[in-house]
Amino acid sequence: MAAHDHDHNESSNLSEIELRVRAIETILVEKGYIETAALDRIVELYETKIGPHIGAQVIAKAWSDPGFRQSLLEDASKAIGTLTQVGRVGDHMVAVENTPQVHNMVVCTLCSCYPTDVLGLPPAWYKSFPYRSRTVKEPRVVLADFGVALPAETEIRVWDSTAETRYLVVPMRPAETEGWSETKLAALITRDSMIGTGLPKKPSEVA
Amino acid sequence: MDGVHDMGGMDGFGKVEPEPNEPVFHHRWEGRVLAMSRAIGVFRAWTIDTSRYAIELLSPSVYLTSAYYEKWFVRNVRLLIERGFIDADEVTAGRALRPAKGMKRGRFTLADVESVTRRGSYGRPAPAPARYKVGDRVRTKNIHPTTHTRLPRYARGHMGVVERLHGAHIFPDSAAAGKGEDPQWLYTVRFDAQELWGADADPKLKVSIEAFEPYLEHV
Repeated sequence: MAAHDHDHNESSNLSEIELRVRAIETILVEKGYIETAALDRIVELYETKIGPHIGAQVIAKAWSDPGFRQSLLEDASKAIGTLTQVGRVGDHMVAVENTPQVHNMVVCTLCSCYPTDVLGLPPAWYKSFPYRSRTVKEPRVVLADFGVALPAETEIRVWDSTAETRYLVVPMRPAETEGWSETKLAALITRDSMIGTGLPKKPSEVA
Repeated sequence: MDGVHDMGGMDGFGKVEPEPNEPVFHHRWEGRVLAMSRAIGVFRAWTIDTSRYAIELLSPSVYLTSAYYEKWFVRNVRLLIERGFIDADEVTAGRALRPAKGMKRGRFTLADVESVTRRGSYGRPAPAPARYKVGDRVRTKNIHPTTHTRLPRYARGHMGVVERLHGAHIFPDSAAAGKGEDPQWLYTVRFDAQELWGADADPKLKVSIEAFEPYLEHV
């Protein structure tokens, strides 16, 4: 149950929850609070427009433009707001950079705080009890669950998102990507690499 | 409150299981719950802090066995009824039985969508100068409020270092209790893992929390 708290335990009551949710939506529409089309649009935005491709554009820019990288590390909300292809994001974004010495990971032990502006809605594992409970105590074991092994001498730096600040990890740019365009670089940048549970793809994986 | 939601450091929940090519929503109703939560936000039925607290108030057994968006849904229905937006007999009937009461703004429409898909701003003018600066050694207080707090149990009563200042923000402990925004300085406070978890902890691990000034004291 616990490892699957997000969904898989509810096949027996799936139709019941579907009905209960529909009933509340009906009541809210009938009473004049909301328009169905507006709800449809919110769902559509999260399914098609607001996702990790936004964060990948930000990271690709940081990898390509030292001035932008510096601005991003100083004030991420402000820096991201200057990217015309992204536009304004929420306040209090903080970008933290991986180096050969330090690997950053982001978690929310108390609920599910996540930089939705640049990564979209969090995946189920990010909201799961195993991730929320273990990351602040045994992040290397959590990384192993993702198939990631870091050298023992690498410092792991875990950021517990206990307020309205939102953390975005700037992963290390892979070797052998000199001269790549931002578009090509963005294809290397996975969602998990911006949370700290993964690493960017290797150039050979997208060639 | 010392609730089951405060999970940092607990054992026994098993492995993290990433799902390849995970959809944004696994079922249609999940998207509807998320969209309704965002939309209702414009009516100021609740704030981020009161909504989190309402989920923390679910009984531990419900918290641990309900799907993520199911918790949101139960929370939404409870708060909508409590705050007079809908009535319990309407939930039972599955339809509206009477008009909305005293709506302070018009219907949530397509034109409002963009405003609710961007995170809000929680920064506020500082009420006083910051008590701590970057590099200061601080201790988190050993406190156990029975209401909402954002100081996790695993980080209470420990020595850390101030790493960042974020300005003053709405203080969740106050806002969730309906006592106003009471802005407080917000800091990133970093701990060595061995301070949090003992001598056997990973010597190369550092963990930080976002700590409001009232959570901290001088060492």
